[in-house]
Amino acid sequence: MANTIIETRGLTKRYGALTAVDDLNLEVRQGEIFGLLGPNGAGKTTTTLMLLGLTEPTAGTATIAGVDCTRNPIQVKRIVGYLPDNMGFYPDMTGRQNLRMTGAMNGLSGDYLEVRIDELTARVGMVEAIDRKAGTYSKGMKQRLGIADILIKDPDVLIMDEPTNGIDPEGMHELMALIRELAEKDEKTILISSHQLHQIQQICDRVGIFVQGKLVACGAIGELGKQLEQESGFRYEVGAKPAGKGLIEALKAVEGVTEVEENGETLMVRAQTDVCDALVKALLAGNFHLTFLRPCGSDLDEIYSRYFVKAGEQNEGSRSGRIFRHRKGEAQA
Amino acid sequence: MKAAAVAGSSAIARAKPRREAGGFSTLYKKELADHFHSARFKLVFALLILTSLASLYGALSSISDATFSSSEYLFLALYTASGSSIPSFASFLAYLAPLAGLAMGFDAINRERSQGTLNRLVSQPIHRDAVINAKFLAGVTTVFMMIFFVGIMVGGLGLAVLGIPPEAEELARIFAYLLFTVVYTALWLGLAILCSTLCKHAATSALIVIAVWIYLTLFASMVVSIITNIVYPLEGIEGYYNLYSNYALQLDLERTSPYYLYCEAASTLLNPNVRTIGITTQASVSGAIASYLTFDQSLLLVWPHLTVMLALTMAAFTVSYIAFMRQEIRA
Repeated sequence: MANTIIETRGLTKRYGALTAVDDLNLEVRQGEIFGLLGPNGAGKTTTTLMLLGLTEPTAGTATIAGVDCTRNPIQVKRIVGYLPDNMGFYPDMTGRQNLRMTGAMNGLSGDYLEVRIDELTARVGMVEAIDRKAGTYSKGMKQRLGIADILIKDPDVLIMDEPTNGIDPEGMHELMALIRELAEKDEKTILISSHQLHQIQQICDRVGIFVQGKLVACGAIGELGKQLEQESGFRYEVGAKPAGKGLIEALKAVEGVTEVEENGETLMVRAQTDVCDALVKALLAGNFHLTFLRPCGSDLDEIYSRYFVKAGEQNEGSRSGRIFRHRKGEAQA
Repeated sequence: MKAAAVAGSSAIARAKPRREAGGFSTLYKKELADHFHSARFKLVFALLILTSLASLYGALSSISDATFSSSEYLFLALYTASGSSIPSFASFLAYLAPLAGLAMGFDAINRERSQGTLNRLVSQPIHRDAVINAKFLAGVTTVFMMIFFVGIMVGGLGLAVLGIPPEAEELARIFAYLLFTVVYTALWLGLAILCSTLCKHAATSALIVIAVWIYLTLFASMVVSIITNIVYPLEGIEGYYNLYSNYALQLDLERTSPYYLYCEAASTLLNPNVRTIGITTQASVSGAIASYLTFDQSLLLVWPHLTVMLALTMAAFTVSYIAFMRQEIRA
């Protein structure tokens, strides 16, 4: 396994009574794309800010490549590129001048910097627009320029906060390809925080689900699906003809099925064990015409909403707010 | 050519010229360039030039008037003499120099914030204070250049018309006066940057600093005279007894305003016949030889003013520095 490059231990940030990030233990390995997923206000941005030393944690530590983010922010910022949510550029300067300034702040100059700017603009597809004033750029162009901007210093780690916000589908596709390429070809470690699951699902090696300041689950998307199945059982979406009471009765009669509910055209079947084959057999035996059968659970939307629901329930049930600790341990092990 | 550049880049990549990251100098240059390109700078500068020319015209017309009581310091009169209806250069500058400071600073920090460039700056490997230091110093530099430009312009044009060369002492006085003006303007720049750090919106901070500016320049003395007349009424017999306390209190209160301090200092520096500031009694002038004050004595007289103005500037900058350093940088 690759080395851990980003590591947080008991990272906590409180704003008065509000706990934005609660005892976060996170490990991101070198060269992987890690997706930090959660709804707005879950503490994702606060976490990224603490990783850059821009916000002081109330408790706990964060290190990137062994450097303490709170104590040595400058050293950290030398190796970390940060793409904030609504990255801005000086509107009166051209894209090139903006990049040149970033380069200068990173101690780059002369031909090296110019070549690097050309190279990166070509890479993000901004060659035609680079000498225009940044004030005329669209949101998607700004985002691409932003990526060029954080790559100027040739960082080892990229932290992107909601990189897909406000980008059209075409641009999104290109962006995802670029991020994937950065991880695979350039061997960068990438931490993406987002609330948009589908894009993240396509490119992340691992995800962490973040709800109300707590990491409720962490792992590869497939693993999370399995984990969820074990805890809350298996679910199948079944469509068969003729529909009606008889069908529901037949499905309920299958051993292991706990619940059958109507879900529009189809039926949602919950079970303790993997009853896929048994369902098919029962339907065939009952002379039903099977039109549709899909095991659910491993798609991210489902995972996401389930974890959110669970976190919400748990918070109502107990005020201590430390429920998912044991699960976090499992996820990391 | 592109291919060559890309091919070459890998070789260059190995010999990456990483000098110590120059956060401050990069930002300072950028801020200066921003100021010089901004419409605001051009506007304020044009305003200063026009008012200086107007005041110079007024001064020249009154100097050439036969009734002008000429002193030995004719060159200084270029700055202090007012025409029939045109204020002098010194009083114009006292009104307008703060405007230059305000214009350079009122959106220094909050524009970066609303533009989204602040979090880009602070995620670079530079010290965070480089941002605010560069902004303040670039503002001071700009103000310095503007004020010295109009000051020297008035002197130069006046010299061409008058044809009487200034003495070294006059030059020293003018230099000291312009330097005082820069410090005074820097105070307003500091206040403006403070407001831009504390206020989210540029409009709010502009409104606050302009309100403070107008209050201190126009209304503070009225308020002060109301207060002193309430505390030490001047009516009736009682008034004779209160005369001294009234004046002393008025002076003390007036001196809390940087505008008053600056005006006192400026008139002392530009008028060698200002011998004292504050209360003079019969006893203290009896036996005094009627003569002009030398430059070093004038300077000594306004040294406390300079100290206070510098201290106020420092205080304004320090508070904004601390506020900026402690502020959360969020998207």
